Amino acid sequence: MKAFSTLLDTLVYTTSRNRKLALIAAYLRETPDPDRGWALAALTGELDFPAVKSSTIRNLMKERVDPVLWTLSRDFVGDTAETASLLWPESDAVEDDPANLSETVDALAGLNRTTAPKELPRLLDRLDANGRFALIKLATGGMRIGVSARLAKTAFAQAFDVSVDEVEEYWHALEPPYSDLFAWAADGSEPPDVTGRPRFRPFMLAHPLEETVVDLEDYAAEWKWDGIRIQLVRVTDAEGSAQTRLYSRSGDDISATFPELLDVLPVDAVLDGELLVRGTAQGGEEGGAASFNALQQRLGRKTVSKKMLAEAPAFVRLYDALIVDDNDLREHAWTHRRDALEALMPRLPDSHFDISQLVEARDFDHLAEIREGARDDAIEGLMLKRRDSPYIAGRKVGLWYKWKRDPLLIDAVLMYAQRGSGKRSSFYSDYTFGCWDGDPDAGGELLPVGKAYSGFTDAELKKLDRLVRRTTLNRFGPVREVERTLVFEVAFDSVHSSKRHKSGLAMRFPRIHRIRWDKPVHEADRIDALKALVKD
Amino acid sequence: MAATAKAEHSTDRNHHEGRGAGKPGRALYVVPFVTAPFSWIRPEPWGVHVVPADCWIDPGRAVDRALVTHGHADHARGGHGETVATPETLAIMALRYRTGIEDESGEMPSKATPIEYGETIRLAGGVDATYIPAGHVLGSAQILLEHAGERVVITGDYKRRPDPTCAPFEVAPCDIFITEATFGLPVFTHPPIEEEMAKLLGALGENPEQCVLVGAYALGKAQRVIAELRAAGHHAPIYLHGAMEKMCRLYEEHGVDLGELRLVSDHTKDDMRGSVVVAPPSALNDRWSRRLPDPTTAMASGWMRVRQRARQRNVELPLVISDHADWNELTATIDEVNPAETWITHGREEALLRWCQLGQRRARALAMVGREDEDE
Repeated sequence: MKAFSTLLDTLVYTTSRNRKLALIAAYLRETPDPDRGWALAALTGELDFPAVKSSTIRNLMKERVDPVLWTLSRDFVGDTAETASLLWPESDAVEDDPANLSETVDALAGLNRTTAPKELPRLLDRLDANGRFALIKLATGGMRIGVSARLAKTAFAQAFDVSVDEVEEYWHALEPPYSDLFAWAADGSEPPDVTGRPRFRPFMLAHPLEETVVDLEDYAAEWKWDGIRIQLVRVTDAEGSAQTRLYSRSGDDISATFPELLDVLPVDAVLDGELLVRGTAQGGEEGGAASFNALQQRLGRKTVSKKMLAEAPAFVRLYDALIVDDNDLREHAWTHRRDALEALMPRLPDSHFDISQLVEARDFDHLAEIREGARDDAIEGLMLKRRDSPYIAGRKVGLWYKWKRDPLLIDAVLMYAQRGSGKRSSFYSDYTFGCWDGDPDAGGELLPVGKAYSGFTDAELKKLDRLVRRTTLNRFGPVREVERTLVFEVAFDSVHSSKRHKSGLAMRFPRIHRIRWDKPVHEADRIDALKALVKD
Repeated sequence: MAATAKAEHSTDRNHHEGRGAGKPGRALYVVPFVTAPFSWIRPEPWGVHVVPADCWIDPGRAVDRALVTHGHADHARGGHGETVATPETLAIMALRYRTGIEDESGEMPSKATPIEYGETIRLAGGVDATYIPAGHVLGSAQILLEHAGERVVITGDYKRRPDPTCAPFEVAPCDIFITEATFGLPVFTHPPIEEEMAKLLGALGENPEQCVLVGAYALGKAQRVIAELRAAGHHAPIYLHGAMEKMCRLYEEHGVDLGELRLVSDHTKDDMRGSVVVAPPSALNDRWSRRLPDPTTAMASGWMRVRQRARQRNVELPLVISDHADWNELTATIDEVNPAETWITHGREEALLRWCQLGQRRARALAMVGREDEDE
């Protein structure tokens, strides 16, 4: 446990990516099985101890520390695990090396809702502040130490000199503590046997087009749909039973959220597409897709009601075919894969699948014109794909480009600010802004219309933070209400009606486009201007 | 000021020792004050006003007469008609603001009145001021004010840990204790400085080809880190950022031994391998540091207790070294001083206020502007 908590602590303070990789790689080489496997699982966010939640920790703390002092401390530190590790009463039971990582994992896995509040304090009492931090991070998940799952896998690949894409391909078919994976990479054993098990293949991603101009001889254009990018995988094992899995862009298994897609793929395949829902608000000529707002209602759910399945059924608009039957097509050119996908379509039920149509244009200027004219709300922009591009994991320059629609803009007034978390824990970095519900010079008032926490530089953040502190009117825990003095030009992708907000509106992906230090607040936009942009 | 039971003793300071008195049922017997107690001391956003003497404690704007606790910029500033402070603080202010120094025409626009620790001066309106060591930085003082039998202590910034560069804090009993609360959250407990020195020297030993760049505020923290390194047996030359030099010399002139100090600008990269370099925090991520041999970035500050704070500054080696009282010291000091009322000037005042309430202590937060920790 000591080695693991030292690793976490050092990682927190290491900014260089290369040094992080070197630290993790050294740990993975030097630590015996199964500890290193558990550590890898922790770093990649694969561990889950359902009996220990952030609230479990909070409740333990509130039995030991005054609740007000706890809340003030938590707000300042910006991280529950760290706050708890610092405030936990120092015990006489601290041991030099209390337990190794796998014993700790076993102890955590053995907890249930009833035993956790009794057993956790005993585990915490044996540790110093660093150890407590590591234990709580481990138990509650979500490390937030500046290490992504991808970085941890890259470090693994580096430690044992194997390819990270190969690691990614085995990853989803394996379970912590990954003894097969270590045996293969570290000891030269046979690769893990993953046949017959569904697994995720890393997505091919696109660069923003920006100022680039491409020749349509070399590039095909298709719409970029505004849903969620998914990978649908079906495999049949040796006994002949087929399993289908749905993976999100980050490789999370989201099958349970969309059960209607799990028994409709009649062939073994790995397909890349956009998940959309059908809705009353129909799209343009491509048809069928409701706005992202409708899809949003279905995201992040562990169970789905019948009503929801009926009202907003999901379907997949296919972009690409990675594997069809037993043929791995990834090495082949995009044109070849597109042909394979088109050939596959008749075998798929149109209730749940359609194909993303190509956009035909005479030349690039014509394409730009078509993009400008696209008013279907389910269209986020255009994709440009090199016709000879193989399907390669990640973002490779020159192969695929995304060309998003220009964002919508409004001027809104800063009303509330909230402290951020993590690196921004001491800064007021989340801003709620509002628009006027009537003429500001005739009694009109500001109503909050959205919240943004990106789109400004670090220098601007400091300036905004100072403004918030200087112009605070009221404090509500971590939130401050400020004097109405500042106008933001806010960019957003779309706006929808919403019952959740007083203004009746919800913006999609709002971000600060420009800070209008110069603009008087009464010149900010009215709610009516925003309402005119609503598309549901 | 809520009236309490013994109204006939309203001008007696004992009256204020009945914390949590003022039970509603007794209000019937209360005679209104003719003069409210402590009306002579009035907190304003830019400083504490001593009304009968018409002078200010640590004012944030230029005034005719200022009593200054210590030399940090959020407490001391230039432009006052007269500044009353310890000789060390006045020396620091002379360096920074030309306080007490004649201008070209032979005039002294900013007069300096020195007062030694333990010495009392009589101000206008019958107010006595005594300067008591605060243990924060060289010359730092708490100011005890006495008037009409009432005692008020303003701590300025203070710490309780031993510091080889300044006189240690002394407890002064009083009726109103006006305290700082920079580290007024229970998450702040400063570890023993020996542990932090061991971390620093450990990092130095591990990487003999590199240097350790320590960010430390130019007044106080830098000299304390250097003096503690010497105390830990590190006698090699220590390299300084140019902005540190004058203050280090001033400390030496006041009898603080800092060993051999060299300026970074006089030396090559190779000279500095395996050495400690001390620079102001603002220079840590600055282009200036490119002249150093592959520095490990350290920062000496109480904020380093919180990981995300260290990350914000790209600090690789956080050293939890503070010149302020930590949470336990803030609360223990209030218990020791045992005032009738605690006023909290700046920092995390909400938490300290809460602690006072939990202990049935009367307290209020003064909304002081412009007070920040010097490391921020």
